[in-house]
Amino acid sequence: MPKLIKDRAIAIDRWTLLKVATGPEVLIAIPGKNLIVPLRFWQDYAIELEGYTGDIGIWLDSDETVSEIGDALGEFPLIALNFPVFADGRSYSNARELRERFAYAGEVRAIGDVLRDQLYYMSRCGFDAFSLRHDQDPDSCIAALDDFTTGYQATVAEPIPLFRRR
Amino acid sequence: MYRYDGYDHQMLRDRVAQFRDQTDRFLAGELSDAEFLPLRLQNGLYIQRLAPMIRIAIPYGMLSSRQLRKLAFIARHFDKGYAHLTTRQNIQYNWPHLEDVPELLAQLAEVEMHAIQTSGNCIRNTTTDQFAGVAVDELEDSRAYCEIIRQWSTFHPEFAHLPRKFKIAVCGTAIDQAATQVHDIGIYIVRGPAGETGFRILAGGGLGRTPVIGQEIFDFVEKPHLLSALEAILRVYNREGRRDNKYKARIKILVRETGVELFREKVHEEWRRIKDSAMTLTDAEIARCKAFFEDPDYAELTDKPEALTKQLAKDALFSSWHQQNVRAHKRAGYAIVTVCMKETGVAPGDVTDQQLEHIADLAERYSFGEVRISHQQNIILADVRQEQLAALYRELQSQALASANLGLLTDIICCPGGDFCALANAKSIPIAEAIQRHFHDHDELTDIGEANINISGCMNACGHHHVGNIGILGVDKKGEEFYQISLGGSSKNVASLGKIMGPAFAQEEIPAVIGKIIKVYKSNREPNEKFIDTYRRIGMAPFKETVYAKAD
Ligand code: SF4
Repeated sequence: MPKLIKDRAIAIDRWTLLKVATGPEVLIAIPGKNLIVPLRFWQDYAIELEGYTGDIGIWLDSDETVSEIGDALGEFPLIALNFPVFADGRSYSNARELRERFAYAGEVRAIGDVLRDQLYYMSRCGFDAFSLRHDQDPDSCIAALDDFTTGYQATVAEPIPLFRRR
Repeated sequence: MYRYDGYDHQMLRDRVAQFRDQTDRFLAGELSDAEFLPLRLQNGLYIQRLAPMIRIAIPYGMLSSRQLRKLAFIARHFDKGYAHLTTRQNIQYNWPHLEDVPELLAQLAEVEMHAIQTSGNCIRNTTTDQFAGVAVDELEDSRAYCEIIRQWSTFHPEFAHLPRKFKIAVCGTAIDQAATQVHDIGIYIVRGPAGETGFRILAGGGLGRTPVIGQEIFDFVEKPHLLSALEAILRVYNREGRRDNKYKARIKILVRETGVELFREKVHEEWRRIKDSAMTLTDAEIARCKAFFEDPDYAELTDKPEALTKQLAKDALFSSWHQQNVRAHKRAGYAIVTVCMKETGVAPGDVTDQQLEHIADLAERYSFGEVRISHQQNIILADVRQEQLAALYRELQSQALASANLGLLTDIICCPGGDFCALANAKSIPIAEAIQRHFHDHDELTDIGEANINISGCMNACGHHHVGNIGILGVDKKGEEFYQISLGGSSKNVASLGKIMGPAFAQEEIPAVIGKIIKVYKSNREPNEKFIDTYRRIGMAPFKETVYAKAD
């Protein structure tokens, strides 16, 4: 089971990630969970999802954009952004867009190839939950959130850039 | 120059600690090669053919004497006694040990230097005109804006994993010495509608496999909006740049495949959304950064002092060095001196620990304790009193630093090539040396006049061969090293990319081929016409004919 860091602490994961967009029968097979479904799944089976008993979150792959969720965004308590490989940086832009352009206030979770050395950057872009790759040590990952004391830019974590704070 | 405050220092300390930990984890087997790779690259560390190579950032080329001495110290203790000036205003060491690198970085941090983002798929060191702040044709000193961009791009959390590397250049002078148009983003300081200065911003320029000149994305951005304009371009690129093929991942390909109109539209749409956010630059911040680059304490002097005119008349060697390596300064009685690091027999851009220390001393005694390095791999003393030029020249001579070939055929720009670089198809340093030996006569060189040669050991074009008047590219022909020659490139205001002349040559043929090219130029040129202008007038055909003529 992948380890989860949320709000800078090790946390119990109350969500189940649906990795691939299968058919709607999966909703019957695993009833009553809190499900993170792929964007496509939500687009294809919105009606079936209405009747589902658990909470629903959406995950976006790195080549999908937040605007594809549209006005429904506020209905979801969680949006997960995937890192197919850690060197694919598109989800950083998605995270900022979620927080800054769409003022999304729910959980923004990093999933996929989520590694210690990227966590500091992720947190500055607005991620507040990290589903770590299985081999990562959660304690050192929490420490990595403080790799730097401060940064120059205006970010989600610190919306006032350093030059306005010096 | 810019001085660190507590925040800047803290960030460097954090970085050194972070990299120490990353290196330890790598050496302990906790980080895989693939995971350590981007981490070390973002700290300028390559694993080369022979040893690791570390690239140190010299933000927009500025160095103090104190920093030069530290670089000399590092050359002595962590390398084999020398360093290498790169074609992007950086400095490289070719022989450090991986386990020593954290300590090397800690040493650098003491003098406000680092290796942050000198390689990897991130925003690299911002470069500018090496004469910024002292050039006679300058609209505004670019360095304050370079510093603002440096801070914005350093550890930018959104852009640490771009599709590919990303290079920004800023130019504030009328004559562009920064090769601005062949950068991923090129920024020109220009006058706006109301006469105020602001920025014209190009994107999508670049060398490498597919060389292109950048296209205009913003015709005029007011100063406060510089960072949001850059951020908008980067965001579109981060999102949409190709990640499926490393050779198509630069922004130039994105601009081309999207079409410049649509790309511009996307950037402007993004920009409208973020333009008036907290990243809007304040007057106070611009003033704060500008204050670091205020004029030093210049004396009231006059041009062409008698001491200088006398020496020029008396000493022919000094006079030819003066002619080639000394340029006009914005202040009366001062001059800009370029120390040409292209002594024959020394790899272009290589500099020893002793030379570094010597230059540090000279900078202190003759030029307010600062130097710049240029993308032509030379070192500049920017504020020398004209009356002291002769004395400076003699001191340079004593350290073999007085070559008078600046801007001439033997002032060759050259990448490390096959002697050091794992990616090379062919060697480049010996080619430079062979050409320098062939053209050893100074009178002949000055007669040829301004003509530059750029050499790259492979398609990655670190030697910027596309923009050389004469470009030389190492190619691999069935396992043998060959060289393709192109003509007509230029990185000046009228930028152009060279055209390939014809089939490639073997290494030993090169000096003679260059000789033939020069002969064609000399027999066709009009009075005072430069090589590039003759080429543009007469075209490729006459060169090709002569070079490939059958000897019968
Ligand atoms: S041009 Fe090629 S050979 Fe030369 S330094 Fe760059 S990668 Fe290496």
